[in-house]
Amino acid sequence: MKINSILAMSALPLVMASSIASAQTLDVKIINLTQGMYFTPLLVSSHDASQHLFETGTAASVELAAMAEGGDISGLVAASEALGAVNSENPASGLLAPSNTTMLADFNTGTNEYLSITAMLLPTNDGFVGLDSWKIPETAGTYTIHLNAYDAGTEANDEIINGGAAVGVPGIPADPGANNGTGASGVTSTETNQTIHIHRGNVGDTEDNAGVSDVDSRVHRWLNPVAKVIVTVK
Amino acid sequence: MNMKKYFGIGFSVFSLAFMSACSDSDNDSDDMIIGTMQSYQLTVSNLTSNQPLSPLAAAIHDSNYTAWSIGVESSIGLEKLAEEGATTEFLSEATAAGAYVNVSGDGAIFSGESDTLEIESAMHDEMKLTIASMLINTNDAFTGAQSIDLSGLEVGDELSVLLPVYDAGTEANNELAGTIPGPADSGEGFNVVRDDVNVVSRHPGVVTDVDGYNDSVLDSSHRFDAPVAKLVLKRTQ
Repeated sequence: MKINSILAMSALPLVMASSIASAQTLDVKIINLTQGMYFTPLLVSSHDASQHLFETGTAASVELAAMAEGGDISGLVAASEALGAVNSENPASGLLAPSNTTMLADFNTGTNEYLSITAMLLPTNDGFVGLDSWKIPETAGTYTIHLNAYDAGTEANDEIINGGAAVGVPGIPADPGANNGTGASGVTSTETNQTIHIHRGNVGDTEDNAGVSDVDSRVHRWLNPVAKVIVTVK
Repeated sequence: MNMKKYFGIGFSVFSLAFMSACSDSDNDSDDMIIGTMQSYQLTVSNLTSNQPLSPLAAAIHDSNYTAWSIGVESSIGLEKLAEEGATTEFLSEATAAGAYVNVSGDGAIFSGESDTLEIESAMHDEMKLTIASMLINTNDAFTGAQSIDLSGLEVGDELSVLLPVYDAGTEANNELAGTIPGPADSGEGFNVVRDDVNVVSRHPGVVTDVDGYNDSVLDSSHRFDAPVAKLVLKRTQ
């Protein structure tokens, strides 16, 4: 943090004061706490107070929906960076498997004061793990945050695994752990709350080739929190 | 917004608190400073898929009032709140336990929506907030927070609390037709019979008809995980 502040000072003396106040370097450790749910490539974003990757009680942006329905963070990356966010894309280099940990070291947030995180939960229709605008402490130290699972509200939770990953296409892209069934009739075809809300969880069933769900109720359920984040402010 | 309601109740509580502060010589520490009013804005957002929340009930009080405790029997007021969403008796119990002021919401809060209440109280040494609401597509689930310490909040300060879900323990979670007051069933609300564990606990969740319980009137949309609501509390004066 000190080095960055000094660099900012020498390069841009006119913005010296604000650079000293807010330039920060973080280590961000992300732990998937679930027993059977995968996280798609994570987006770790630092941004200002005016920006949110998502907010409960509001409709998801199309970029958020693309992340939640198919794990595609490129839209969120572009939209947030256009507003000054500094991002780390895919720190786990792919999926973060159940009960696994990834470490993002030396994340320089620039002058951004808030931290947000998203990744889709597989297998779900539009479930994601999220952190919305956590204020980065100014005091150096280690901070622990627990994250909940959200529902983007953009797709009915039919729990049919059919490869459907694009926004507006029903179904679940995949179960990376290959514990899924096939031939489900579908849990529901409607989404009651079309704003971002706490995910009610997978229903699942125990049928390999029938039933309402392709998700396995013995494997693919969870309870909040679904992730633990340990942030070290340096 | 709810000025009429809380002033109607507020003034009587004001005089009651004033009288008790004057007459109770054992409790000199409860010094009410007349003319120093504190105002708070309470916004509750419903984070569930399909569990409308009953009208909010909120009170500001001291440590002599506890709305519920894990492992302890529900009061009749809490039972009525958790089984049918009624606020009146829950709040009158708070007043009887010395709450300075209380307020109730005008209507249900549907999923994805929020409601904002204003509550104002004279300043006391202890300033604690309790708030509660029923998940109305259940037998007796409620959410809330109790005894949030307001005394450290300056004007303009805001705090955000994610709310868990409790079971009043006064009605079996049978999910049967005729037992759930919300739109999933339009069944019975309060029933004086207590046919459950008869103590408050965290809620185990609903089973619903998609999980092998064919007699349940609830469907997959009514399932939930905690937190079920978000409270944003702001001191405005």
